[in-house]
Amino acid sequence: MNNLLKNITKNIPAVSLGVLLLAAGPLSSQTSDPNSAATTTNQKPAKVKAVHATQPRDGQQVFAQNCERCHNAPQGFSPSISGTVVKHMRVRANLSKEDEQALMRFFNP
Amino acid sequence: MSYLTPLRNIRLSHRSAIALLSMGALCLASALVAQDVPLISGAGSFTTNTTGGNTSYQPALTPVLVAPVGQHLLFESRAYIVDSINPQPHTGYDTQFHVGVAYAQADYFLNSHVTLVGGFSLIPFGTYNERLSPIWINPLQDAPLIYGIGNPGSGSGTGGQIRGNIVSNENYSITYATYFSAGSTDFQINSSRSTGGQVELYLPKARLEIGTSYGRLLEHDKMNAIGTHVWWEPANIPLKLRSEYAHGPHSQGYWVETDYRLSQFHGENSAIGRLEPIFRIQQTFRNSPDNNDELPAQNTQRVDFGLDYHLPHEVRMNTSYARQFSSSGNVNIWETALIYRFLFPTWKGKK
Ligand code: HEC
Repeated sequence: MNNLLKNITKNIPAVSLGVLLLAAGPLSSQTSDPNSAATTTNQKPAKVKAVHATQPRDGQQVFAQNCERCHNAPQGFSPSISGTVVKHMRVRANLSKEDEQALMRFFNP
Repeated sequence: MSYLTPLRNIRLSHRSAIALLSMGALCLASALVAQDVPLISGAGSFTTNTTGGNTSYQPALTPVLVAPVGQHLLFESRAYIVDSINPQPHTGYDTQFHVGVAYAQADYFLNSHVTLVGGFSLIPFGTYNERLSPIWINPLQDAPLIYGIGNPGSGSGTGGQIRGNIVSNENYSITYATYFSAGSTDFQINSSRSTGGQVELYLPKARLEIGTSYGRLLEHDKMNAIGTHVWWEPANIPLKLRSEYAHGPHSQGYWVETDYRLSQFHGENSAIGRLEPIFRIQQTFRNSPDNNDELPAQNTQRVDFGLDYHLPHEVRMNTSYARQFSSSGNVNIWETALIYRFLFPTWKGKK
């Protein structure tokens, strides 16, 4: 277990709460991070709804099942680059958008 | 063959310098979102290789820049700065300095299943090129002997890719990557005209991945390469088993590698838990001569025994011994590496 995972697992209650909130309010998922500028990207409510009609992916699970496949999971990084890392790994590991979103909830509970 | 094989002899020209500078400028324009600050990552390394009694040294720096612009666009690039110091009989040492770009590309997330890639990109064939070539990732220093099959020329293509995820859920995921390279004789983005792609099935519960790759060279010789890989990395034991087979028009071969981090002994931060023994076996078979596929001219077998030590602060020491057998002679290869992996934001993000 690396430090990052430890830090994150400490916050599991918060993550679970986040996931629950997301399940409750489909539209809130796009703006789950109050600091993000994602509000402007939320132009297709119909699609967003369709995505969240199914159970959202569990970020911790996506992390555990993917982030040690090619290299040791990083020992930790600044939250300010979590979106950059996840986007980069989305390309490298061909992750889906749902996986990306789940990882973002996991890294920024 | 060193871990820098995919970066063969490409030097940095004014044009690529300008491309990199523009990416730097893009970094400044991006980072509107708090978590999307551009990052600089990569590794600094010092490696030694003693083959048949001759020792060469390679200090290297391989920085990676990743910069998102908005939610759909990502720029990424890896450069390398390498000094190869080789012994010369009677004259001492000969040094060769290389500065170049391994890839510089733009990725556009079209939707959940499709990402479009344009620029100079690593070819998606097999697993070494895209996944293991960074020295901080590969537990052994050298590229596999079959690396040349499916990865023609510099190992990078100049053109585009369509890649992504066909389906992903908690039981399985199917991913794909297809590419077309127009080819370029420009020395800084040297590449062959080729096309191909790969498909993978990943079973996350079993941590098992099976994939297959195809590549077709579209130069004067139209040649096909196929490959397949199986990776298994069980969740409960720190064991990794990776294997790959590739078949080209004039040669074929396979490698199987396993490593086991001794973290079950007092945790991964204990003196023993930091150790990671590695074993790799490979074999290549030559059907007919080919000066370009980069596989050994004779049938060859090779075994590698490695021992890596993971120090704190992302520093790693690799040591390995390999014995290579072929009809042209057997040889011992001793290698060591000191690797520092770095990762930081280009600036402090807003809180
Ligand atoms: C398919 C293989 C693969 C998977 C799966 C993967 N990575 Fe990576 N990762 C890479 C490679 C290759 C690099 C190095 C990129 C380079 O040097 O060009 C990398 C680099 C990184 C870096 C350094 C910064 C950067 O963006 O280059 C971080 C942090 C990282 N990965 C985190 C993760 C996380 C978190 C996950 C889980 C979502 C993950 N990786 C899954 C292959 C992978």
